[in-house]
Amino acid sequence: MATELLMPALSPTMEEGTLAKWLVKEGDTVSAGDIIAEIETDKATMEFEAVDEGIMGKLLIAEGTEGVKVNTPIAIIIEEGEDASNLSASNLSASAPAEEAAPVEDAAPAPAKAPAKAAAPIVSKAVEPDYPAGTEMKQQTVREALRDAMSEEMRRDENVFLMGEEVAEYQGAYKISQGMLDEFGSKRIIDTPITEHGFAGIATGAAFGGLRPIVEFMTFNFAMQAIDHLINSAAKTLYMSGGQMGAPMVFRGPNGAAARVGAQHSQCYAAWYAHIPGLKVVMPYSAADYKGLMKTAIRDPNPVIFLENEILYGKSFEVPVLDDFTIPFGKARIWREGTDVTIVSFGIGMTYALEAADKLAEEGISAEVIDLRTLRPIDYDTVLASVMKTNRCVTVEEGFPVGSIGNHISSVIMQKAFDYLDAPVITCAGKDVPMPYAANLEKLALVTTADVIQAVKDVTYR
Amino acid sequence: MATRKSASTPASKANVSKDELLAYYKDMLLIRRFEEKAGQLYGMGLIGGFCHLYIGQEAVVVGLEAAAKEGDKRITSYRDHGHMLACGMDPKGVMAELTGREGGYSKGKGGSMHMFSKEKHFYGGHGIVGAQVPLGAGLAFSDKYKGNDNVTFAYFGDGAANQGQVAETYNMAEIWDLPVIFVIENNQYAMGTSTQRSTKSPSYWGRGAAYGIEGEEVDGMDVLAVKEASERATAHCRAGKGPYILEVKTYRYRGHSMSDPAKYRTREEVQKMREERDPIEAVRSILLTGNHATEDDLKAIDKDIKAVVNASAEFAKESPEPAQSELWTDIYADEIPQHDA
Repeated sequence: MATELLMPALSPTMEEGTLAKWLVKEGDTVSAGDIIAEIETDKATMEFEAVDEGIMGKLLIAEGTEGVKVNTPIAIIIEEGEDASNLSASNLSASAPAEEAAPVEDAAPAPAKAPAKAAAPIVSKAVEPDYPAGTEMKQQTVREALRDAMSEEMRRDENVFLMGEEVAEYQGAYKISQGMLDEFGSKRIIDTPITEHGFAGIATGAAFGGLRPIVEFMTFNFAMQAIDHLINSAAKTLYMSGGQMGAPMVFRGPNGAAARVGAQHSQCYAAWYAHIPGLKVVMPYSAADYKGLMKTAIRDPNPVIFLENEILYGKSFEVPVLDDFTIPFGKARIWREGTDVTIVSFGIGMTYALEAADKLAEEGISAEVIDLRTLRPIDYDTVLASVMKTNRCVTVEEGFPVGSIGNHISSVIMQKAFDYLDAPVITCAGKDVPMPYAANLEKLALVTTADVIQAVKDVTYR
Repeated sequence: MATRKSASTPASKANVSKDELLAYYKDMLLIRRFEEKAGQLYGMGLIGGFCHLYIGQEAVVVGLEAAAKEGDKRITSYRDHGHMLACGMDPKGVMAELTGREGGYSKGKGGSMHMFSKEKHFYGGHGIVGAQVPLGAGLAFSDKYKGNDNVTFAYFGDGAANQGQVAETYNMAEIWDLPVIFVIENNQYAMGTSTQRSTKSPSYWGRGAAYGIEGEEVDGMDVLAVKEASERATAHCRAGKGPYILEVKTYRYRGHSMSDPAKYRTREEVQKMREERDPIEAVRSILLTGNHATEDDLKAIDKDIKAVVNASAEFAKESPEPAQSELWTDIYADEIPQHDA
């Protein structure tokens, strides 16, 4: 009996991939374990094995095809003696409706947090762009923007180097540093053993010694092993030395929840690091901001915590085509102007904030959406000016609610704009629970667009 | 691999000049008298918080520094006064930091455990046990990256030697051939816990073999033995052969910090060390028996050093407290607004 081979999900956040190469042709006999194709995911090129024996009846997707959605039939395997001549995905699917009917969202939970429509390019609606009017723009993923930012700065300053697990020969666990080893060599793109505490300390010492290290943590969850050096060594030395020496460097990597990776790999550290005087903390949303802020971070004379997001890595945005595009720290970006409520967010929280604003607009509620972009320094002025106009505020973030960035913003608004408030400020945050693995529970644990919409309705008394 | 256990020549036979001997004597004596004075000032309430004295361990830094050259870097733990004096930092600035005054190396903002001198390539002064070890390897990384032949002395104790980050650093230092000398100052007690109680692998230098790092054990009460070991270690690092471990056997006469009654060891044990192994007395004896100096010469040196130490104490008392505005400086290398809510 003929069996369909489906495009596999090969990483926690993969929604689609490129069928890079077929290693078999129609009519070939395959056994379980034979490598039949190479599939390029958002992270790497993976080999795809046959799980059963049979004959390659039909290859449904041509090699080189990009954007093949997870669970799309890519080939049909037949048994000896079967006729492959009139096989196609659709007529086979008709006899196997259960497989075909499953919508992508149910089959692969990842899209729950990254809806299919978000995969389409996100059109920047910045009210005050960070580049001159008329600047040429190009579509770029966050991943590409980060790589370009680091590469440009490494070309500019030979004291900048990148250190971390799998950054060099593996081309980056999330492909951020793809191609950088080739360009800069092993002196400047440095693979480390899996010893975060040690290499964070070595990089900090190298910064004391006059270099400009970029430290990649495979995720910020692993930086917990190294956090003593981030805080006690990197952040405090300038003060403790009376200004004689400090640590100009960048600690970067994915932060917050990815998809279905459970409690130990799904935590947002924004509030933790924003707490520390001596650190600068950046948590961008769009690819343009990733690029401009990373370049600023590398040039900054202080230790910078640069919090990225795995789900955003593959998202495309418009990025200005400029020789040297930088964005100053401490300047929020208004993504959407509005009059009824201010929604303040940052990082992936912006996904929910912007979606909520779109839906609220359909109901006649005009939301102003502010992306803080940097959490230390924070652009209080932009937030306060907006709240004084709208008189209501909702904050959105993925981290835990207690001691959150939203709590802090809320406190500042209370102190500086109390008389302007027509409703209490509401913080939409992740739920106060360790991240569960089960798909349904994970959805419940994260902040959602519906949470934001409800909060806005609460503060606008609708 | 050529690891070794103390192959150094006895001090009395070492090839060393009279001037060198006198310099080591003066340097060690300065540390001893400075620390005694710091202890006094602590008792008078002029120094606060934690204060860890180096008395007994003087030969370690003085011997190590004997093989240092311009541009070499050093970094250590919170027991750091001796290291600062040995690398040429001004006793006045060190003492004024202990009293938390404007004239201190960190403008009074670092204290006994957190002091630095960019000019003398002294990178602290670190209060977290073991943290200075990867930091020191990182300093060595910066020299290797820049392509010079400078080395970094990363000092830590027998307590820190058991830290995970030390093992991590050994591994990376050897992979990357970093020019770092790991100096384990084994004074036999990690605060109140003796080495016998904290490890069943008491050869701290020998642990390097697991990572491919050469090293040796050194008599840390013999400044000439330490100097010779330092020469071997620095030559190894400058030749691009990677890191080197020196386990320097030493002894602190005082408690772990000023508030430590040191009940974990006997008075007799301390007394025996002071009488039989004192590093300063050993050099004094060579100077006198070798006719390199007279009793009067040494008395004059004593007097000079006391004057330097007293002047540092006077400076440390008279230097004003830092201006209140200093609270808000040096947090960032550029200006960013601090939260005042």
